[in-house]
Amino acid sequence: MITFWFSVVVLAWVLFFVLEGFDFGVGLLGPVLGRDDHERGAAVRTIGPFWDGNEVWLVAAIGVTFAAFPAWYSALLSGLYLPMVVLLLLLAVRGVALEFRGKGDGERYRRRADAALAVSSLGIVGVWGALLAAFAHGLAIDADGNVVGGGFDRTLGPVLTPAAGLGALAALYAALLLGATFLSLRTSGPLRRRARTLARWLGTGGAVALLVAGVSTGSGLTLVAAVLAFAAGLLARTGREALAFAATAAGVAGAVIAVFTTRGPVVLHSTLDPAWALTRDSAAATPQALELITWAGLLILPGVLAYQAYSYWVFRRRVASERVPS
Amino acid sequence: MDVLDLTRLQFAVVTIYHYFFVPLSISLAATAAGLQIAWLRTKREDYLHLTKLVGKLLIVTFAVGVVTGLVQEFQFGLGWSAFAKFYGDVFGPTLAIEGMLAFFLEATFLALWYFGWDRLPRAIHTACIMIVAAGTLLSAFIILAANSFMQNPVAYALDPVTGRARLTSFTDLMLNKVNLAAFPHTMAGAIMVGGALLLAIGVWRLAADPAYRVLARLGAWLTLSGGALTALTGDHLGKVITEVQPMKMAAAEALYNSTSGAPFSVFATGAPLPEFSLQIPWLLSILAKGNPGATVEGINDLQAQYVAEYGPGSYVPMIPVAFWTFRLMIGVGMLAAAIAAYYLWRTRKARTAPHWLTRWLPLIPLLPAAANTFGWIFTETARQPWIAFGISKVADGISPGLTSSEVVASLAGFTVVYGIVAVVWLRLVRHLARQPLAPAEVAAEKPEPVPVY
Ligand code: HDD
Ligand code: HEM
Ligand code: HEM
Repeated sequence: MITFWFSVVVLAWVLFFVLEGFDFGVGLLGPVLGRDDHERGAAVRTIGPFWDGNEVWLVAAIGVTFAAFPAWYSALLSGLYLPMVVLLLLLAVRGVALEFRGKGDGERYRRRADAALAVSSLGIVGVWGALLAAFAHGLAIDADGNVVGGGFDRTLGPVLTPAAGLGALAALYAALLLGATFLSLRTSGPLRRRARTLARWLGTGGAVALLVAGVSTGSGLTLVAAVLAFAAGLLARTGREALAFAATAAGVAGAVIAVFTTRGPVVLHSTLDPAWALTRDSAAATPQALELITWAGLLILPGVLAYQAYSYWVFRRRVASERVPS
Repeated sequence: MDVLDLTRLQFAVVTIYHYFFVPLSISLAATAAGLQIAWLRTKREDYLHLTKLVGKLLIVTFAVGVVTGLVQEFQFGLGWSAFAKFYGDVFGPTLAIEGMLAFFLEATFLALWYFGWDRLPRAIHTACIMIVAAGTLLSAFIILAANSFMQNPVAYALDPVTGRARLTSFTDLMLNKVNLAAFPHTMAGAIMVGGALLLAIGVWRLAADPAYRVLARLGAWLTLSGGALTALTGDHLGKVITEVQPMKMAAAEALYNSTSGAPFSVFATGAPLPEFSLQIPWLLSILAKGNPGATVEGINDLQAQYVAEYGPGSYVPMIPVAFWTFRLMIGVGMLAAAIAAYYLWRTRKARTAPHWLTRWLPLIPLLPAAANTFGWIFTETARQPWIAFGISKVADGISPGLTSSEVVASLAGFTVVYGIVAVVWLRLVRHLARQPLAPAEVAAEKPEPVPVY
């Protein structure tokens, strides 16, 4: 049961990072690739109907973590207090910028919304990358699962390490590739052309960088990522946009799964003493609570997946980025 | 202020802010659904235009509700991790089920509705907004159950090994009698705020377009009936609260000694209140127990009783806060209902309202919004010192290791970002309300006929 719920938690995180990953990527790229107001609007419209539903996967991931592993939820959030607050503030700016953009008046207003969208998306991606690196690295937790330390450094420290910086860069790369392949899949006209070119360059260039990193560190996973990035670039070049997006999404999913399972049964490593680490068993809720959410999950989640798929189907048409002569 | 007070302040600020938008979302979703159904039945074009206007207001309000709700979801772990661990079994499943059951529903179907006007068959499209409205009610019910647990813990057992609370029945948790009383009361309060917003917009725009008259009168009716419902449900809620937290109602009246046939003070002065007070005889006994002669327990007796039961300490909440927030909630809310009634009276049978009234009416949403805020401050501060009544104290819930500087930083961050969002939201609502109701026909953008993948 505990393993099952651990898989559900990981699944929710994977769905969040893949689905919101392309939202962040589009938020980042839309204002850059879109040369004028109309094109930038088209980029935002590709995610308009979806971003909120995608963001609920974060609510679900956090909620399910709270329900199934309350000690893990408590340690992660209180132990990474400041970065989490920064993340929430950036998410607030991003969501509001996206939703408010099309409702106001004037190009100046929309340019500001676009800038807010791009900057907050960039920040979110960076903070998430650093946070994932911190998840994998572990925190300075004591025997009670509380993070020790003082001042701002207590909770900011874990995301200001070189590893966290690398995580931020990797996340940025993944979001850009996801965004580029998604935009090329979901638009027509100049935006699509530019997104495709970018995906091609990102894919091949990234593959080279990942290859070098993989060979020098001897990490098999990085080599797999290099292959996927290369495939995405190649597929984008040959116009197989759906497959290019799928390859990127698979890479992101794999990376997230790797982060959550690197330490086997340990969900949060203690950098002070390995014996103080939180494990799946020690962090889990009582069997009764697990049983309750199992029933709820089995009843509710298939329906959620079905109606979210329905919504993607309803809005499956490409968004035109060229101007229609009127 | 120490770290505990700062964290409490932060919780209050962030939650009150969330609750500024949530009741609007709840009532605007229901209003949009109602207007759309009215349009389908009567085929009146103005109903369609109003549906679209309310839809736009809903979507910008909803966006703020969503991003601030996300903060709520994280807050228990951020600032109250000891509480989160202790009550993880009760709170975790509640929040998880709310997310899975209600939030996915609201988010997905709101987008389907808003973007799907010409892509979905009429019936399915109308069903979408009805699902959104149902989803908002569902999320309110579930989250209020979590709050009701803190007011009146039910359906739990304390684990003898870990000392933590363990959920014994989810159904009992949902059907907490405080929740059954608080849910209708909060929903009535939500109807009032949404109605007042529509009334304000309708009156403000009436000169530009007579179609807004429908909106203004609809809003006034909602405000008035919501006001009547808050009074009815509030009366019932008061009785339930007197039963489970007698100290809260005693503090609300600043009633020190147990009294039979207790009066209700409309107004009082004095340091510990009340020295001078304007009283309505027997009303408190009626409010609390439904009987003019009933005995209402006073603060002093309850304090002695709690010391005997839970050990030494003060169990008295902040009396002036409880006293005034309770009165202001009622007073400000009832004032809004009275103004709405007066507007309806003055505009009956195609009459027009006097100038001074239409000039000030656009500010009316502030009244029920303030009533909601006072109501929550009353509910939550007069629960002190308990975090969950009778089982654990607020001071035991805070995240260990959290420092004041961290909370000051985050509180400043929330204040700045939330402040900006509020200003932009307000200007956007004004902008949306200013658009002509019937939009000039624009050539619809047709997507390039590319193959669907
Ligand atoms: C427009 C808003 C509004 C108006 C006009 C009223 N209330 Fe209210 N009240 C609320 C909005 C509200 C609220 C914000 O929604 C609260 C906070 C917590 C809750 O459940 O509802 C609340 C709480 C609340 C509580 C405390 C519940 C608790 O501690 O759990 C009581 C006893 C009442 N109300 C009673 C009344 C009475 C007798 C009213 C008479 C007219 C009244 N309220 C008007
Ligand atoms: C529905 C779920 C809610 C839960 C689970 C909840 C929980 C909490 C918690 C844990 C605290 C901090 C501990 C304390 O000070 O007692 C708190 C304080 C507070 N909450 Fe709530 N709350 C809820 C809803 C609300 C809403 C909707 C509002 C207002 C709009 C609100 C207003 C406040 C205020 C004003 C405080 C500060 C009280 C004080 O510290 O004296 N709460 N609440
Ligand atoms: C303190 C506890 C609370 C938590 C953890 C919480 C959590 C959330 C979250 C995560 C969302 C965003 C959902 C989405 O992404 O679509 C949200 C929105 C919402 N919340 Fe809250 N909330 C709290 C308090 C309340 C209260 C007290 C009510 C009602 C009485 C409420 C009613 C709603 C409703 C109706 C929505 C959807 C409409 C909107 O977004 O404005 N919430 N909440």
